[in-house]
This record gives sequence, structure tokens and C-alpha cells, in this order.
Amino acid sequence: MALPQKLVQEFDRLVQRYPDKKAGLIPALHRCQEELGGWISPAIMEDLAAYFGLEPVEVYGVASFYPMFRLRPVGQHFVSVCHNISCELRGATEILEHVCKITGAKPYGTSPDGRFTVWPVECQGACANAPMIDLDGVFHEDLTTAKVDALLGGLKR
Amino acid sequence: MKPFPTWLLDRTKLADSHTLATYKKAGGYQALEKVLKQPLAPADVIQELKVSELRGRGGAGFPTGMKWSFMPDPAKDPRPRYLAINADESEPGTCKDRVLMERDPHGLIEGALIACYAIRAQAAYIYVRGEYRLSYQRCQAALDEARAAGLLGKNILGTDFSCEVHMHKGAGAYICGEETGLMESLEGKRGHPRPKPPFPAMFGLWGQPTTVNNVETIFNVPFIVARGGAWHAGIGTKGSKGNFLCGISGHVNKPGVYELPFGVTARAIVDEVAGGVWKGRQCKAWFPGGSSCSLVRGEDLDVVLDHDSLKTKGSSLGTAAMVIIDDHTSIARVMEIIARFYDHESCGQCSQCREGTQWLAQIFHRIATGHGQPDDLATLESLAQGMAPGKTICALSDAAAIPTLSAVRLFRDELAACIREQRDPIPYPRVEYAGAH
Repeated sequence: MALPQKLVQEFDRLVQRYPDKKAGLIPALHRCQEELGGWISPAIMEDLAAYFGLEPVEVYGVASFYPMFRLRPVGQHFVSVCHNISCELRGATEILEHVCKITGAKPYGTSPDGRFTVWPVECQGACANAPMIDLDGVFHEDLTTAKVDALLGGLKR
Repeated sequence: MKPFPTWLLDRTKLADSHTLATYKKAGGYQALEKVLKQPLAPADVIQELKVSELRGRGGAGFPTGMKWSFMPDPAKDPRPRYLAINADESEPGTCKDRVLMERDPHGLIEGALIACYAIRAQAAYIYVRGEYRLSYQRCQAALDEARAAGLLGKNILGTDFSCEVHMHKGAGAYICGEETGLMESLEGKRGHPRPKPPFPAMFGLWGQPTTVNNVETIFNVPFIVARGGAWHAGIGTKGSKGNFLCGISGHVNKPGVYELPFGVTARAIVDEVAGGVWKGRQCKAWFPGGSSCSLVRGEDLDVVLDHDSLKTKGSSLGTAAMVIIDDHTSIARVMEIIARFYDHESCGQCSQCREGTQWLAQIFHRIATGHGQPDDLATLESLAQGMAPGKTICALSDAAAIPTLSAVRLFRDELAACIREQRDPIPYPRVEYAGAH
């Protein structure tokens, strides 16, 4: 596999921001995850290693350090549920249970139909609007189970 | 609470507050113009910051002017130099920098440019936590607008001052909010904090002189330059000057991010600003500034919020992110969550932290789930004392130890009851799932 030309051109511009090309690695991992199937496959790591002049294991070492990078396939929709203190004090457990119930996914798992991955996450910085979830990269705050129904129900087939 | 002057959040209330048009209408970029066209010497800007007594808003409260003055003299050290803006806001309870970046990104950019001018940096990097997508987009759009208006890049406002500001996205690791972890991460590596010394001013990004400042700190800079350091130093309490953004979350009626002057009491914030403790309950305990501070008892809400007063209650101001916990809440459960967080976020370099955070998480988990062992409280204390203070490369180990020690000190009887009765007497909903690292 090779990186799509569009991404290569984007990375060529990106790395100009830095005196050292390697600084573009984490932003590049983000772009690959966004554009190439929602997770960082071993093939992507090899491609990025080639682009940045690194060993694949160096890319793996970086990708595996950061919680936002997913190293195995995920569902069509990714639901991060904050379970840190400010959200837990305002019902994050009920939100997590509810998200799991209506998606059919278990925490840190993907629903059998492949549509949803549910991921409990540490503080997302939405503490004053707790509880919250991040659905496909968008924050949804001040949640109730009814709001979760409306949000995820609309996505269900 | 008496009326007080505000400036930090004023523009966020305007329509299209994130755009250059609104920012300029509200007087934006005039401080930069003053600096470049008067012109003020870089040393004069640093002096103004010293006079202002502004202290860093990222948690440590270090005097900003002094930090800037640590940058080496360019006549003697001609290396390239950088400003890194810490927008990796991840301290549990903290959600203030996000408000500034989403709603008033030009304020941050103007501050960044003035800071770069003062420390003679040719570029600033705004390291935003990856989850803050809207912050990133708004700041990037503001940078694009600023560039088109001649406020960024080469020969800014027609002067010989040239400066770049770049956005950079993190990827969910709390440790990258530690300044040397942030620099490692920005260089494209795992966010492993570096031993200090050398300090960033001598050996920072790519080994070059670097200053690392929090978003809210930099955001204050244009106001101080425009109005004078003495103006800023005239507001607040001894050693804590100006206004600060207070995020208040947890069990209050009106959680939010509020601008307040140093010197108000925590009780005034809870009762008058945040609408009181919810459901008519009492405050049992609270964190004054994120989960890395010592817990404070609910009875001690009369303390003034500033850098020094909280020390009288054995705690600290941190990021001024108050987390209010009501009297129906189990401290074992609170600490189980806090300890799990530090276990998840430890970078693993130092054994005290890597192993210690794991043990704290396991022990609080077993206490909270009715499997506590008779000597668990003594074990928690001995572990925490082995993790801090200053025994590791960075302060994450301390950040796990500090709330642990406070919980055991302040709520020993409650935790002991959980262990004795082999159940948490305060019921709490829970879903069991294995952690993911």
C-alpha cells in the first residue's frame, strides 16, 4: 500500500511548519486515521515510516503511546464517553450504560453489526457541561439519556 | 459579590466573536500595533509583564515576566528560539482555555505575537489537545484571517518584525500538558518528560531556547500591554493579580467557566456564581484546581481563591478548576476515578509513578468495591509518600500522590468503614469493564 497522493501533498506542506520533519508525525497519524478507515493499520505505519524516514517500530512506538490513535479496526461510528470525575459526578455511568444499550456495543468494544465502537475516555475538557460524549469528533454536552436517544437513534438504521 | 472589572470573557459574548472583524471592532490588535509602531523594546514588554505580576494560569503559577526573562540574550546566543503555547488542557475539571480558543482565538494570537516579540522568537506553536477539534479549527481559521490581513508572517503591520504561529494537534495524552512532555510530543515522539535541568529556556524545542506558556496566560498579554502592568497589578490580592478563569463543575446548579478577580471566596463562587450545591445538598469536599490538588473539606469553603490562601487548607490553586462534591457521594468512588486516571496517564518512565499509580488505582478500586484489606490505608499512605515530592522526572507522580494523601487524611473514617464493612456504604452506580491502556 502507498499513501494516497492527496495526503502526501498535504504532508509535504505540513512538515514545512517545523525545522525537523518528524514533528509532522502526530498530525499525519491524525490525518491517516481520519481519511483511511478510522484506525492506524500496520500498513499505514509502514507507509508513514517510509515518508518520515523512520523505522516502522518508531511509528508504532508513537502511535501506541497516544490514546486517540486506534490500533485495531473500529465501527462506523466512534463514541467516546467521558468517565472522569466531573462527568461521573453528573451521571456518566448512566450515559455509558445507555450508550452501550442502544448501540449494542460493550465498553472498549464494537457492536456486532459493526456500526458503533464505544470507548470510555478520560477527561475531555467539557467538565462544566457534563456529562458528555464525543460522537465522530463532535462534542455533545449536558447529556441526558433522552438526548443520547435522539443523537444515536438518528444514526441507527 | 461586589461588581468588578472584567476583560477575559467580554468579547466572547459578542456575535461572531471568533472572527477578525469582531475582534478588530472590539479594539483587537491595537496592543500589537502599540508594541511594533511605538515601538516598545522587547525588554520593555518583559518589564511590563513583570510589573503586572501576572502568574502562569496553567497550574504552577510561575511569574510570566520572570519566565520570559530566562530566555538567553540573543547577542550572546543567536540560536533560533520558540514559543510553545500549552493548549493541551487535560487536567480533570479544567475547561477554560477551550472557551478562549473557540470564542476568541484572535486574542490568543495577538498575545502569541507580542510574546514572540518580547522573547525574540521567530515562531510559536499552539499545542492543542487532539480532542479540541473546534478550538483547532477556530484558531487555524483565525490564523488564516490574520495572515491575509498582514498580521502574521513576514513584516507584520509593515514593520521588520516577522513571526509565524502554527497550530499543532496532540493525541489524547495528559502527560503532554507537562512542558517538557509537550516539547517531546511536538517533536513527533512519545510524550516522555525530560529531566530538568536543562530548562526549556536553554534547551527546549529541538534543543533551542523555548518558552512554554498556558493559553490563558498568553491571552492576558495584550490587555497588560495596552493598559499597563500597573493596571493589572492593582487588581487582586497580594501575590495573585488580575482576574482568572474559574471552571466550576460537579454538584452545583450552574456549572460553567466564569471570570473572577483573585480574592473572592470559594463559598461566594459556589453560592453566588454557580447557583449553590445542587438538590439543596451540602458540599462534602472539593478540589480547588483540578484533581491534582489536595481535596478540601466542604466546611472550608470560606477560603479565598488565590495562589497563597489555599495553602492554609493544605491545597493549591492549580488551574482554578473547582470540582464540587456533594454529601451523597462516596469518597472511595471519587478516588477510584482519580487514581484510575493517573494510572492511565503515567508515561511509564519512572518506576515510582508507573508502579505507584497502578497500585493506587487497584487499592482504591478494591476499597470502593468492598474488597478493601485491613492495612490498605497505611499502604496508600506509604505508596504516596514513596511517589512524592520530587522523586520523579515530572510532577505526574506527585499529582497522583497529593489527592491520595488528602483523601486518606480528611476521610479516613469513611474509607476505613468501606474496608471494615466490605462494601461502600454510599451506593453508587457502576458498570464494570476492564481498563484499556
